[in-house]
Amino acid sequence: MTMWVDTTLVFLALTSILLLGSSRLTRCIRIVAFQGVLLGVLTVAVHAHAVTLRVVALASSILVLKGFVFPWLLSRVLRDANVRREIEPLVSYIISMLAGTLGLAVSFWLSTRLPLPAPPLSLLVVPVALFMTLAGLFLIVSRRTALMQVLAYVVLENGIYAFGVGLVQETPMLVELGVLLDVFVAVFVMGIAIFHINREFDHIDADQLATLHDWTP
Amino acid sequence: MGHAPMTPAAIIPVLSPLLLAPLLLGVIARTKAVVAGRRGAPLLQPYYDLVKLLQKSAVYSRTTTWVFRAGPVVGLAALLCATAYVPLGGIPALLSFEGDLIVFVYVLGLLRFFTVVAALDTGSSFEAMGASREVTFAALAEPALLLGLVGVARNAGSFSLSTIYAGMDTAAWTAAAPALALIAAALLVVFLAENARVPVDDPTTHLELTMIHEVMVLDHGGPDLAFILYGSALKLWLLGALFVGLVVPIRSGIVWLDTAAALTGMLGLAIVTGIIESSTARWRLLRIPQLLVGAGVMAAVALVLMLR
Repeated sequence: MTMWVDTTLVFLALTSILLLGSSRLTRCIRIVAFQGVLLGVLTVAVHAHAVTLRVVALASSILVLKGFVFPWLLSRVLRDANVRREIEPLVSYIISMLAGTLGLAVSFWLSTRLPLPAPPLSLLVVPVALFMTLAGLFLIVSRRTALMQVLAYVVLENGIYAFGVGLVQETPMLVELGVLLDVFVAVFVMGIAIFHINREFDHIDADQLATLHDWTP
Repeated sequence: MGHAPMTPAAIIPVLSPLLLAPLLLGVIARTKAVVAGRRGAPLLQPYYDLVKLLQKSAVYSRTTTWVFRAGPVVGLAALLCATAYVPLGGIPALLSFEGDLIVFVYVLGLLRFFTVVAALDTGSSFEAMGASREVTFAALAEPALLLGLVGVARNAGSFSLSTIYAGMDTAAWTAAAPALALIAAALLVVFLAENARVPVDDPTTHLELTMIHEVMVLDHGGPDLAFILYGSALKLWLLGALFVGLVVPIRSGIVWLDTAAALTGMLGLAIVTGIIESSTARWRLLRIPQLLVGAGVMAAVALVLMLR
């Protein structure tokens, strides 16, 4: 079963790198949706020795929420906001991909230095989870479109979830579901926020929000 | 100095590209024709072309120097050298030593250098444009090729292509499937890019502005062009053999069985290339660096996976 876990984790890392190099927002949404499906598979693969109702419920709620509901919500926002691609990212796509590779190497190095309470299921869990968190953070600071920042936030959360599910196998289901609910609400609220930003300013470039203030010197 | 004992089988990885490489071009052209609903040229057409070109005499412009004449000759010589180092499937190459994969990559670099220099020697602006594109993309494809080869070298614990590919069996795949699949994908992209195939370059295009590789050889004719055509067929075979050796992990130890598997793999690769060329268009020039950097990133991720 380690092979399934490994393959899923490699796919998670690759999709994150792909996201770093993608400009079309519909494609980015699809990539993040695929990550949601992968996380559902990962949940089952990690608990493959004892598939209980709890595991199935958790995996299917992850899969439905992150693989279908979030993408659907965000696609709707995208359609309403009428943007097709990220315009002029602060860091170019090729540099982002190279930075992502560097980040992956750093995560692998970090994972060897990190003292863990229990050995993880697969040697890839910690580095890939760290890398997804790093990639999410990198995307949040290097992209201008509000939608892309929401996607990056979801990737960051995916990394944290992968860390949890791969490392701490006996997390109470209530905690997992609570986190999932938080993320759901966050994406929902951010979707509404993007819609309002767009309606007010005709764009979703978050950089220009920095010029908003009452006081003028 | 060959570490591996020389066996009669060592002649197979040398003879098969020398004899069969132009056939690959024919198979690709035929696949494209069949997919497009045409009958297509005979499978042996590249051989007829070579014979026809060899019977002609070359024409040289007065503005060119010896560099222009040396280009095709040095290029073919470099490829013949490279042929000696590339194994076919699990069958070891004619020559092998620790580090021959670096020699292989740099012999290909020498070929590229002389093609580019010969193109620049003509003083044609089109050829200079092609040369500039060629080196731009090569600079991105080379790291992908080297990182991929270093990845498999790390897996095999050897820097010799023959040793690496002799150990690339099903056991190696079960041990490190994700990393090897990434390297295979990177090598496929390098194979398409280095051989000027779609989506990087369109070998059948007749517009100088869009060409990369073809535009550099516009001024060559007769035997020189024959050398270049034969050389590009050899290069197609050699880089293809690196890919096929990886994805066809049949290492039975029986020479004829391994040869048959590898040759079938090469034939399959030619058909796959034809299908890729029929189903995708040439990409915009701006997107090609993304593809090549993507291949390099995949190879780098594979290397990180191997190193862990």
